[in-house]
Amino acid sequence: MNDYNFAYLDEQTKRMIRRAILKGLAIPGYQVPFASREMPMPYGWGTGGVQVSAAVLTPEDTFKVIDQGADDTTNAVSIRTFFQRTAGVATTTATRDATVIQTRHRIPEEPLTEGQILVYQVPIPEPLRFLEPRESETRKMHSLEEYGLMHVKLYEDISRHGHIATSYAYPVKVEGRYVMDPSPIPKFDNPKLGEMAAIQLFGAGREQRIYALPPYSQAVSLDFEDHPFEASKADHPCGMCGAVDSYLDELIVDDAGRRMFVCSDTDYCEARQAAGHKGKDAA
Amino acid sequence: MTPLLSVQNITKRYGAHIGCADVSFDLYPGEVMGIVGESGSGKSTLLNCMAGHLTPDAGQVVFDTRTDGPRDTITMSEPERRMLSRTDWAFVHQHARDGLRMGVSAGGNVGERLMAVGERHYGDIRDKATDWLGRVEIDAARVDDRPTTFSGGMQQRLQIARNLVTGPRLVFMDEPTGGLDVSVQARLLDLLRGLVRDMGLSAIIVTHDLAVVRLLADRLMVMKSGCVVEAGLTDQVLDDPQHAYSQLLVSSVLQV
Ligand SMILES: Nc1ncnc2c1ncn2[C@@H]1O[C@H](COP(=O)(O)OP(=O)(O)O)[C@@H](O)[C@H]1O
Ligand SMILES: [Mg+2]
Repeated sequence: MNDYNFAYLDEQTKRMIRRAILKGLAIPGYQVPFASREMPMPYGWGTGGVQVSAAVLTPEDTFKVIDQGADDTTNAVSIRTFFQRTAGVATTTATRDATVIQTRHRIPEEPLTEGQILVYQVPIPEPLRFLEPRESETRKMHSLEEYGLMHVKLYEDISRHGHIATSYAYPVKVEGRYVMDPSPIPKFDNPKLGEMAAIQLFGAGREQRIYALPPYSQAVSLDFEDHPFEASKADHPCGMCGAVDSYLDELIVDDAGRRMFVCSDTDYCEARQAAGHKGKDAA
Repeated sequence: MTPLLSVQNITKRYGAHIGCADVSFDLYPGEVMGIVGESGSGKSTLLNCMAGHLTPDAGQVVFDTRTDGPRDTITMSEPERRMLSRTDWAFVHQHARDGLRMGVSAGGNVGERLMAVGERHYGDIRDKATDWLGRVEIDAARVDDRPTTFSGGMQQRLQIARNLVTGPRLVFMDEPTGGLDVSVQARLLDLLRGLVRDMGLSAIIVTHDLAVVRLLADRLMVMKSGCVVEAGLTDQVLDDPQHAYSQLLVSSVLQV
């Protein structure tokens, strides 16, 4: 690890990223441009999140990485190993032991606490992009609070599917001001965004944007009066730990195509099993 | 009576080239003003200056706002001007695809302005969109279809519905019937005339087609090389043009 500066990035770069983070925290939900650096991993592997983590990590931190809720995917392992090597920080898979958690596509089930930082990997930071591709125009829409277009997207959803079919990257309005893409977390996680005790930081590497939610921010999921937001999930208990309140992945468990629903948050599931909870599919 | 729109000495240059020069006129509530002239005479430049799409080099565009009375829209803040463009103003482009969202259903296109001003009841928005499709003679069954599946005439009617749904007080139109087949043009003109009458719309219509202004406009301005060379009641100008250029235009000697 002595070949690298602490957490890989040089101090100058980290200061630049921290300034972007501080600005993001000062203007919740606002996308702050930053000069994204080349990282020794491809875009799409969370280079935005990695740069944010690099800027906030201290030697005393304990680091956790999840990918779709799991600590053991290739992506999660490689990022965790990266900071083990370049920052020498302690790592963990236990949500409550971590001080910095980098995540792709999930918010841990266990409520986060003050003093923790949740770092999201963001592929596309601009919630208005899909209907308005012009960056000059979306920037203006944010600055003038012209968000009618977000509801056009939801309108289209309902007219096509009979309900709001958007189930990931479901837009929220932050503190009554900026509309924000919460990254491709399932909308089940949206209610956790608001009033969270931890600091939430969002990093988009390819798009060079950082945005943030300070602790206890308000984040309201957009909807219609007659089609209110619903934080849906598969209507099953977890097959392994029996949890009825956690977000589930559907797995095909044998050649006969038998299905099983299990917690996507592996730490949550394992902790419940260790505490004696048992689902119907548990061995 | 206070003019709805008072245009004073509008000049727009493109570098050394004149787009339009020193144009002034008043438009009163319920009036339709036609602007005619050959291609390149500055009609679109003038319209875009009035609608806030271009910033003129000189002049004022004073609009009688609902809340604060007459205001110069050129010097008002951009948020205020953009708010006007999606509430009290409407803009119908010659090419429907410039004024529509081609990837969004007909209902979504019409509903957008409603949502932009804060409507949040899906059922109500859809009902209003469907009602407006009917008013522009589009089958309600097409409400979920994208404009890409519509004919040119239908796209133009959809663009009109999308613009009128919030009950604007002033409609800007740039060659609204241009690029359409003659038979389709006639139907669109009839429809526009009906809407203008029923809604008591105030409008400014730019066209090089004298038939359009004959049918829709109360008053007429004739432009040449960026300047207004003649203005007056439509019938007067068309039946008894004073300026040599207007005479040429009316006698169809000019192929415009
Ligand atoms: N963006 C531009 N840059 C330079 N010149 C322009 C531009 N737009 C229009 N013009 C010129 O300004 C004059 C008026 O154009 P325009 O307003 O488009 O006329 P019209 O709508 O009557 O055809 C023309 O000579 C045209 O070539
Ligand atoms: Mg033109």
